[in-house]
Amino acid sequence: MALLDVKNISIGFPSRHGMFVAVKDVSLSVEPGEILGVVGESGAGKSTIGNAIIALLEPPGEVIKGEVYLNGARIDNLSAEEKRLIRGKKIGMIFQDPQTSLDPLKTIRQQLVETIDLHLRLGRKGSEKRALELLEQVGIPDPVTRMQHYPHQFSGGMRQRVVIALALCGEPELIIADEPTTALDVSVQKQILDLMRKLCVDKNVGMILVTHDMGVIAEVADRVAVMYNSQLMEIGETAQIIGNPQHEYTKSLISAIPRPDKKVRRFPLVTYIEDVVEQKDEFDVSTHWLGQSREFDMKVADDGTILQLEDLGMRFQITNSLFKSKRRYLDAVKDVNFSIKEGETFGIVGESGSGKSTIARMVTGLYTPYKGKVNFLGKEISAISHTPEVLPYRRQMQMVFQDPFSSLNARMRVLDIVAEPILFHKLAESKAEAEHIVMDLLKLVGMSDDAYAKYPHQFSGGQRQRISIARALATRPRFLICDEPTSALDVSVQAQILNLLKDLQEELNLTMMFISHDLPVIRQMCDRVAVMQHGQVLELAETENLFENPQHEYSQHLLSLMPRLDMLQA
Amino acid sequence: MADRKMKSNSKWVQFFNGDLWYDFTRSPVAIVSFITTIGCLFLAASAQWVAPFDIFDLATLELMDADLPPPWADEYGEDKFFLGTDDQGRDIWSGILYGAQISVFVGFASVIISAIVGVALGLLAGYAGGRIDSFIMRVADIQLSFPAILIALLIDGVMRGLLPRELHDELAIYVLIFAISISGWVQYARTIRGSVMVEKHKEYVQAGQVIGLPSRIIAVKHILPNVLNPLFVIGTIHLATAIITEATLSFLGVGMSPTTPSLGTLIRIGNEYLLSGEWWITLFPGLALVILVLSVNIFGDWLRDALNPKLR
Repeated sequence: MALLDVKNISIGFPSRHGMFVAVKDVSLSVEPGEILGVVGESGAGKSTIGNAIIALLEPPGEVIKGEVYLNGARIDNLSAEEKRLIRGKKIGMIFQDPQTSLDPLKTIRQQLVETIDLHLRLGRKGSEKRALELLEQVGIPDPVTRMQHYPHQFSGGMRQRVVIALALCGEPELIIADEPTTALDVSVQKQILDLMRKLCVDKNVGMILVTHDMGVIAEVADRVAVMYNSQLMEIGETAQIIGNPQHEYTKSLISAIPRPDKKVRRFPLVTYIEDVVEQKDEFDVSTHWLGQSREFDMKVADDGTILQLEDLGMRFQITNSLFKSKRRYLDAVKDVNFSIKEGETFGIVGESGSGKSTIARMVTGLYTPYKGKVNFLGKEISAISHTPEVLPYRRQMQMVFQDPFSSLNARMRVLDIVAEPILFHKLAESKAEAEHIVMDLLKLVGMSDDAYAKYPHQFSGGQRQRISIARALATRPRFLICDEPTSALDVSVQAQILNLLKDLQEELNLTMMFISHDLPVIRQMCDRVAVMQHGQVLELAETENLFENPQHEYSQHLLSLMPRLDMLQA
Repeated sequence: MADRKMKSNSKWVQFFNGDLWYDFTRSPVAIVSFITTIGCLFLAASAQWVAPFDIFDLATLELMDADLPPPWADEYGEDKFFLGTDDQGRDIWSGILYGAQISVFVGFASVIISAIVGVALGLLAGYAGGRIDSFIMRVADIQLSFPAILIALLIDGVMRGLLPRELHDELAIYVLIFAISISGWVQYARTIRGSVMVEKHKEYVQAGQVIGLPSRIIAVKHILPNVLNPLFVIGTIHLATAIITEATLSFLGVGMSPTTPSLGTLIRIGNEYLLSGEWWITLFPGLALVILVLSVNIFGDWLRDALNPKLR
């Protein structure tokens, strides 16, 4: 008998526009000691299933039909009080963000002891002993001391370990983990996944692991359920789903995952996603507006160098004081030197806080460097200044931002957003001409014809990122900085955007600086890569060399953490 | 042209399909307070046509009519003065209508001026940061440490000292507006500054900087439209406060003169007769003020909650 049996469940959210069905007719089961991965893109309904099982649906959500059985006993029709007793005792939950899932005002001991005593009635002494054991099991060093600490005294990974210990307090038979590693860096992610795997086997606990990340699934899940558009597409063994997917959607989802093992020229055309107008007609940069009058008096150096950083450094003040000696600083970037050649894609990879975005912001002039120089097209452009002398250089350099939801002004129409740089830099003779150029640019990035009159909120994340790219192109740049351009997007949309960037680069002979924390994406996009940690460039190498033969210890470490996805078809 | 018409149409359609309208139609409190507010504003605005008597026309006043009680409360009352008359024989109902007109005008004018000053300073402080920000916000802090009414009194007093005596009555209304506006801008400046500081770190602002747009264009064209939402709520609630402040000042005798009375002046005039049993002279203007301010306030509160997604 399965530990958990979900039969034909449908979950709806009634609203004044009628019932929104978030999950349609999904059946799945979990065996003891098994990890079932539930994977899907945003809005697929994967988290909703987990919340419904543990009866924590956000109101007004409700189970419209179907049944949930735990150990053969039906649990979906219990009273609220009976459901409360199941939570924690029979089913544990691990949430995404360890920052917010612990009570900041209570020590770890208080939180654990309280929970254990509630569920197991062990008394004070017994509960404390149990809490110590749990902390040891989840790998927290020196648990006797650490128990006295408050959540903010733990690092992100350690905190997630505490959350896991908390989920284990009631000795549950089933754990629901909702994106447990999404908020963590890769190096921590691996440890947490290993821990979860080990606990499931040791304690014979079943787990539902909800995630958007196929890498995570490949790492730990025994079986996978693939969700799309509220429905279950496919369920099966992990190796089979990843290596030999049957359903069309799964196939296209798998094909969109950037391969860590080799570079492909392009992602295969991803079907099953928001319809995009793929640009079909031939593009000739010499006749196109984007190719006109590229200020060829701004010469690229003879060796092809377009951008050069010399001893670039940036520090932020952490504590201010009247006295110089008392001020404290954080060196976000330390003595970075590299140069980028025309036409290449230069990648910067590193974990959060490594200083990669700070470099981008110094290059574009959003931050003034604390020391060092930024040379672009032979001119030093270190501070943001809009003197008529520097402006033409700035115009040659544009940036695509990470968050498509905040990078477009919500109060402006798409037409005005993209036309603004054209009009500001007087790249068109008249307003009508500018509008014409905007339409053309929107078509170039794959937007439909009626997009120009709409507002940003009417578009999805991927479409907004396209608009953002169109805006960046509107100054006719030669150098494009992409700062994590796809990390806020679903994997299939990411594949499209990366395809688009590749196409544009080829057609326009753009030089790109591509910043990402995601090694497979870097491998697919970049010619050369700089590996950064703590504000320093540790290794700079050709992409293939880096991936095949990393020199620096840290690069080797990063690469070893990359999900292998060995089951992928060659 | 046709294009423009289409757009405005769709805006209205959007509004009536939107959540705000939906919430509104399902909230009796909102509907009642809104209708009362609109009713009060309409009566005040059309006092010249609605009021049975022109209280400024001295020729219509007769001392015979002075101190008449409301006809439904006392046998001495006359039917044409259904809320009674004051000591000069002026119809109380007409007085309330004209008084409300002045009160509402002063209220709106001060709200608009406060909002303009506050938004401009808040935008400047939030966007420029550093010393400019510190300076503006310290001024705001200092001003906040005094009650608004005290500031208004102070400014009122100073202005009266500066202006020639014979102009006092004539300019009283502008002095009032000035005094109330100056005491009210801090609210707007603080709110806008906070929103600007959030907005200016968003990526669309950085995108504008990367394009090369000068700061003033980024501040005015990009940030400003994104921070104006709370303005309606503050404005509505401030309107009630401004009307109250005006009434208080007039009641204290530093506001509108008895010849061009606002609600506050009417209450003050009536107050002197309260002890001699002529309660109607002060009660009805007082009631009118309560209804006006309360309905505006309740509507403002509802608007604040309805527009705040966290309270949904």
